[in-house]
Amino acid sequence: MRAKTLLSYLSLALLLTLTAKAEFSGELGIESRLFLKQAQYAEQLNALQTSAFVEAEWSFMPSAHTQLSFVPFIRLDTRDQNRTHADIREAYWLYMADEWELLAGFNREFWGVTESRHLVNVINQIDAVESLDGEDYLGQLMFNLSLQKDYGRFSFYLMPLFRERTFSGAEGRLRGAAVVDKNSTKYQSNAKQWHPDFALRYAHYIGDWDLGLSYFDGTSRAPMLVINSSQAHLIAHYDQIKQLAVDLQYTDQQWLWKFEGLLREGQGHTFLASVIGLEYSWFQWLASNADLGFLIEHLYDGRDLEEAPRSHQDNDIFLGLRYSLNDFQDSALLLGLMRDLDDGSSSLRLEAERRLGSQLKLELEAQLFINSSANATSRAFQDDDFIVLRLAHHY
Amino acid sequence: MRTHLTRNRLSIAALMYLFLCSVSAAEVETKGYDIAKRSDHSDQGFSDSTASITMVLRNAAGAESKRQLEIRTLEVMNEDSGDKSLIIFSSPRDIKGTALLSFAKILEADDQWLYLPALKRVKRISSSNKSGPFVGSEFAFEDFTANELNKYTHKWLRTEPCAEFICDVIERQPRYENSGYTRQIAWLDQAVYQMRKLEFYDRKNTLLKTLKFEDYEKFNDGYWRAKRLLMHNHQTEKNTDLLYSNYEFKTGLTANDFVKGVLKRAR
Repeated sequence: MRAKTLLSYLSLALLLTLTAKAEFSGELGIESRLFLKQAQYAEQLNALQTSAFVEAEWSFMPSAHTQLSFVPFIRLDTRDQNRTHADIREAYWLYMADEWELLAGFNREFWGVTESRHLVNVINQIDAVESLDGEDYLGQLMFNLSLQKDYGRFSFYLMPLFRERTFSGAEGRLRGAAVVDKNSTKYQSNAKQWHPDFALRYAHYIGDWDLGLSYFDGTSRAPMLVINSSQAHLIAHYDQIKQLAVDLQYTDQQWLWKFEGLLREGQGHTFLASVIGLEYSWFQWLASNADLGFLIEHLYDGRDLEEAPRSHQDNDIFLGLRYSLNDFQDSALLLGLMRDLDDGSSSLRLEAERRLGSQLKLELEAQLFINSSANATSRAFQDDDFIVLRLAHHY
Repeated sequence: MRTHLTRNRLSIAALMYLFLCSVSAAEVETKGYDIAKRSDHSDQGFSDSTASITMVLRNAAGAESKRQLEIRTLEVMNEDSGDKSLIIFSSPRDIKGTALLSFAKILEADDQWLYLPALKRVKRISSSNKSGPFVGSEFAFEDFTANELNKYTHKWLRTEPCAEFICDVIERQPRYENSGYTRQIAWLDQAVYQMRKLEFYDRKNTLLKTLKFEDYEKFNDGYWRAKRLLMHNHQTEKNTDLLYSNYEFKTGLTANDFVKGVLKRAR
């Protein structure tokens, strides 16, 4: 409750600060998600799940060295009340000097190089009700100091407020047999969500190599989901973790060689996890203007199966195909297949997008779960094959 | 005798002709290089610049679409490496905030990073895609980044009138890898040494595109910039216009404004 009150005060203060001089942009969209099969669990919705969303952005530079940004997000879902939610994606004040910058407020940070899993990307909580691909994040309150040197960029993060992951409600699809009870979240730290998390990152490039090294000490963004005593609900349990991570890319002509790896302690035994892969682009494919990209990645995760949050990417292979038309409408298509090499459970995902006119964007997403019953984690999704059609107006 | 003498004279003449030819082959290259260098050096010392660009794309049927971008350039005073540039898109609105950072090299591949605002992600991208279309336009990536003197060999062809000027016509061939062109023909005026027209010949040595440079203006007492760049593709009949405005020089940009770490807050 305290967090919510703080959020609304902060947003109000920012709204008042942002004058008419602010640059305003955003997107307003509607989305229909069609589930192809009958739901596995009672209470879950069937067929069509329609929702509307808006993400607005105010950006304002009161001086050459100061930047203010405010990005609220709201989704209204007709079927799943947990998916009806609001968030402040960004609300920050930034001071920029030549060799350093300081940011205070809510922001999003992205670290990493691989496509199938964003392993080292740890600052923001995943807004899991938004999409299954884990590419939507909640705004994170932070104080962030960055120093730019000839030999790289150092960034320090102090994060005083933790954000809980979002989960589908009882009516929602793409969940386990039991629903996560939002009111009984548990933390390892006595400070609960007010535990000050800390992160440090160094990033640089040398010739064709891009390198990132990061350290994180704080509340795990992924919770352990534990069934409660009455077997009716799941309780999200957030541990304290320490993690050292590296991300590396070698760019050689049409080939991109990628690696992400981490060493984590605090969730059962200390473990390693990695994503290693390759992306090849065939530019101007068959003398057309289009580019065709081929992706292959291997995912490994050595986590403790009992004491760490579930991951179904312990020994998986990802194959991807990316097709960009390079046309007026920026049409693009991405097809990805993820397969568990131990039990053969797989998932096939398609994403396609095209601009219509100058302000409308049409997106199609589809995901099929194949042979899911072979895997304890993905079994919950075995009947959740879906197609999403999204139309957004960008202004 | 006469025939013999004539034959001798003829062979001497042939030898002299060959000798003259080889001299003039070297000469046209030196002359071509010098003219290109004079044009390149007319721009030296601009230090940094910013400009807004409206990109108008038009297909053969005349259907139009527009992109709005801002370009920032940092001069690198070294003929062995190229300038640094940052291109930031503001429209279409769905790609607003997309940014491309390039460190031009002379013969090696450029270093390029793309910022994708939807995911707030900075991605190092392959720069071997030189001949690919830049954001769906008739400009290739190399048309944007390959304006460094030593990326080409230069050969003087002739001098001829071009609009209100007298122009030197120079043929230049890319020395870097993965170019989509066998050669380009440039018209450089003799008055202020600026490029007025550029023709691009594809890998089959067929005329592919013509770029016209119009509305030159002299900024800060020394730096000439064309405010209209009109590209016409002869093979597809498509056009792309680049309309420049708000040119500013010596704005105080530093190398730290051209690092991948600042892409996420570039506006």
